[in-house]
Amino acid sequence: MEIMDTPEETVIEIRGLCAGYGCGDSIRNVHIPLRKNRITAIIGPSGCGKSTLIRCVNRMHEECKSATVRGEVLLAGRNILDMDPVLLRRRVGMVFQRPNPFPSMSIHGNVAAGPVLNGMKKGAALDEIVETSLRQAALWDEVKDKLRQSAANLSGGQQQRLCIARALAVDPQVLLLDEPCSALDPIATARIEELLLELKNRLTIAIVTHNMQQAARVSDYTAFMLLGDLVEFGPTDMIFTNPSDSRTQDYITGRFG
Amino acid sequence: MAKPGLRERADDKTFRLFVLGFGLVAVALCAALAAELAWGSKLAWAKFGPAFFWSSRWNPVEEQFGALPFIYGTLVSSLLALLLSAPLGLGAAVFLAEIAPKRLAAALCFLIEILAAIPSVIIGMMGIFVLVPAVRWFEPFLIKYFGFLPLFAGTPYGVGMLSAGLILSVMMLPYITSISRELLLAVPQQMKEGMLALGSTRWEMLRKVSLPYARSGIIGAVFLALGRALGETMAVTMVIGNTPKISASLLDPAYTMSAVIANELAEATSDIYVHSLIAIALALFLITLVVNAGARLMVYRLSDGGGPQ
Repeated sequence: MEIMDTPEETVIEIRGLCAGYGCGDSIRNVHIPLRKNRITAIIGPSGCGKSTLIRCVNRMHEECKSATVRGEVLLAGRNILDMDPVLLRRRVGMVFQRPNPFPSMSIHGNVAAGPVLNGMKKGAALDEIVETSLRQAALWDEVKDKLRQSAANLSGGQQQRLCIARALAVDPQVLLLDEPCSALDPIATARIEELLLELKNRLTIAIVTHNMQQAARVSDYTAFMLLGDLVEFGPTDMIFTNPSDSRTQDYITGRFG
Repeated sequence: MAKPGLRERADDKTFRLFVLGFGLVAVALCAALAAELAWGSKLAWAKFGPAFFWSSRWNPVEEQFGALPFIYGTLVSSLLALLLSAPLGLGAAVFLAEIAPKRLAAALCFLIEILAAIPSVIIGMMGIFVLVPAVRWFEPFLIKYFGFLPLFAGTPYGVGMLSAGLILSVMMLPYITSISRELLLAVPQQMKEGMLALGSTRWEMLRKVSLPYARSGIIGAVFLALGRALGETMAVTMVIGNTPKISASLLDPAYTMSAVIANELAEATSDIYVHSLIAIALALFLITLVVNAGARLMVYRLSDGGGPQ
């Protein structure tokens, strides 16, 4: 099922990353590569720093005033910590834990928000981007007749797919998902997972999840974190069938966490 | 499920009647106030009729009274204050909520809230000693460079509509700033991050997410402040010049409804004079009622678009 013989390009290389709030570090010396057109899952018990880690990759972590960050996150060889966060975020999109469509905008307006920030004007080209993005997020058929309605009336699962469409509309190279299904029911979750498997053909994806089955179902690589340290990183089937660290073994067999 | 009526106990009923009583007291007070004002001004209505509202004669000696200069003074000074304080207050709120370091924001907020607690007579005094001389100093510049506009033509008295607007804007500022700041802080972090994650600058985030989200509340705050400005008496009376005259120029002295009541009621000798002043009070009461109702309506309409309901 996995084509492992093609050489895999690394899009993002996290090297020696330490980050935290105030004086202490919530994550210490983490090394993880995100491979092109692969889904990398980051798993671990609550408070292990997996959200902090993923939020460093688009520098959302630094939006908190007391945030600290050291180390390197290389995007195509350049350290993102030296880049303009605004430009970085147009290349590295993010979907959050709770669906967060903009309540004051329509469905169309939500998806168009990113392109409009980039200076696109209203018109056929923008409508096309909106349609393509909604199709990619498998939401088009459900909303095509109510594009001008408020996004607040959609169901939770639809809202989350809308947020994915919104992130896709700026045509990012990398998509970060921070526990995107934790507020959704199993059916909505399954749809998002299906969607991610399709999207990886054009994107590089990193997903934080506390759901180990989800990680096993969708990801190609898995990173297991514990108390701010990266315990193990490897191909997902390796991590789940034959982990090299006993703590990973304990976690995936449900002995703690 | 049983009907609520079946489950209701005797003490619930008592409680309901009890709080209903409190609710009705507020309504009754308001109605009694309006009735008393209407009754107390009946001579003015009998003599001048509705023309009282659009007559601009105010001559106690000849017993000719018209409310227009006061209505004009109240509305224009308050609107001027609104135009000055709304952008300033909102800008300050944005700074305090989004940009200022936490400690600085806390200190500044404290000071701004203190500003709201200063008795208006003290603000009026500062108006006389500081603001009016300052206005008198810069009015010649306004006349020189903008004098071609009727708004800035005339004589630099210092006291007048402009000073009243400025002093009112100082008094409105703390309301607009502190309420708007609270509203901006209440915008969910996840909404703001959603916009930032699309590659927006903080300014774009503010414009597209925070301000629309807080919009109806901010409008409410502005109208609350406007309601205060309309009724403000002491500080305005001390700097507006107290001249019942309608002039296009902001530099000219004017008069407000509350100021004329405060200044002239004690020395109103004839019944018709007293009744005319009470008629002005009734008009002021109605105007503040309309402004508040309008604000409610606007907040109600706009809150359909998003933000907290």
